[in-house]
This record gives sequence, structure tokens and C-alpha cells, in this order.
Amino acid sequence: MKVLNVIATAYRATLEEQDDTVVWLSHAMKGAGADLDVLLRGSAVNYAVKGQDAAGLRFGDEPQTQPPQLAGDLSSLMEKGVTVYVMDDDLQARGIQRDELISGLEHISRDDVVGVLDRYDQVWHW
Amino acid sequence: MAENKTLTFALMDPPFENARSTTAFRLLDIAAKRGYNINVFAYEGAVSLPFALQEAHPNAVHGRDVEEENHPLPRKYIAALMQSAADNGGTLDWVNCGLCVDERGMGEAIEGVRRGSPADFWAFAEGSDNTLVIPTK
Repeated sequence: MKVLNVIATAYRATLEEQDDTVVWLSHAMKGAGADLDVLLRGSAVNYAVKGQDAAGLRFGDEPQTQPPQLAGDLSSLMEKGVTVYVMDDDLQARGIQRDELISGLEHISRDDVVGVLDRYDQVWHW
Repeated sequence: MAENKTLTFALMDPPFENARSTTAFRLLDIAAKRGYNINVFAYEGAVSLPFALQEAHPNAVHGRDVEEENHPLPRKYIAALMQSAADNGGTLDWVNCGLCVDERGMGEAIEGVRRGSPADFWAFAEGSDNTLVIPTK
């Protein structure tokens, strides 16, 4: 079985979780033998932007010591053989240029979506 | 010296679900550092924020053990905010909605958290310079 994880909602508790929970889930399931890929759409396309730095969060004397590394988590997911698609239309809507992104992404347009979905047995839209 | 301001916050979101909880803590942190008297009425899922049995865990995906991962725990943040408020001459009075606690089995809260009701929220608001509601969506 081949599954596509579609991530549309970004930065949802990433500071508390120290990652994106669906990217994390993809890592964990891939490690358990799952055959899956990831599509970033909507605000989640921002996860692929290089140079994000969420360091420095502190409440009283309680610092967060492991801020999320969202782009790095995507890169390591690709290193495990997971294809990470990113929706160009959503990048353009946000003014994000390709040279601002990590390497290795598969760029698709809205017109490509149906064809991409057809490659998978199940599509999980998060 | 001007009298400390008193601010009331109503929170609704549970931990580990969205960025609003972090935003709320950041606002509380600023208020605590300014020595304000802070009231929090935790409603619905927010009563889980100071749950005493929250535990950090290792994270195999990150390749870190429990100490290295140092996973954020809202209960520790709230305790730190209470201490910060006290250190700066203010207070942080946290009331958990009692019925919300019962529904969720969240009865074991950290020290300093009180059980209360909407009447406490009303009293908080009446005694405050202003009230900020951070609702769930």
C-alpha cells in the first residue's frame, strides 16, 4: 500500500512539539516500513523554507532547548526515500521563491494534483 | 510607584494542539516580567495545561534521549510563570474550570492551580484592568 500524506495546516503546536506532528508521524511510519510520500500545500509550503530559526523561546526560567527544525525534518525525510511534493501555486501566493527552499523537493501545480493523487492507494489529508 | 496592573486571560485550548497556547504563554511571560497581577481562567481543554502528570519522553525520530529532547511541558511553563510573577512583585492566579476538569479527568494539577467556576472568571474580570479571551477555533 502506498499513502500520500497531505499537510495543509502549518505551525500547529510546532513549538510545543518541537516538530510538525504529521512530518514526525511520516518519519515514524517510514521507519516502521510504511511506503508513503508527503505533499505540502497551503500554509505548510512554508515548512520547506531554509533558514527558519525558532530558537530563544523561554517562559520564566524555563527555556525551550530544542526548537523545531522543520526544513531539516523534511530534508531527512527525503533522505529516507520519501518524496516531498510542494504546491507551486501556494508558494507563489505567499511570494516564496524556489531559491529560498531546501533542495530535493518535487514541485507540482494544482493542475498536477489529480495525477499525483492517482499514484497512491490512500490519501490522508491532515 | 504606580499600582500593578491586573490582567485576566481566558484560555480554551489544550496543550500540544496549536500555536495559541504558546502565544498565550508568551503574553503571560511579558505580564509576569512586568510584575502584573495575572489571572487565568482555564476553560474547556485549557484545564489540561497544568496537568501534573505530564511527562517528557525521548524522541527516536529526533535521535535524542529524554534529557536531550527536553520536551516542553506546559505544567513546567506554568510553574515557571508563577515563579516569574512572584519574583517580579506580581501574582499568577490560575483557576481551572471545575466541571471541565471533571469531564476530562484532569484533577491532578500542579501546585498553585485552583479549582473554580465561571463565577471566578467573572470576579477576575471585574477586578481587572482588562481581559483577553483567547478562544479555541
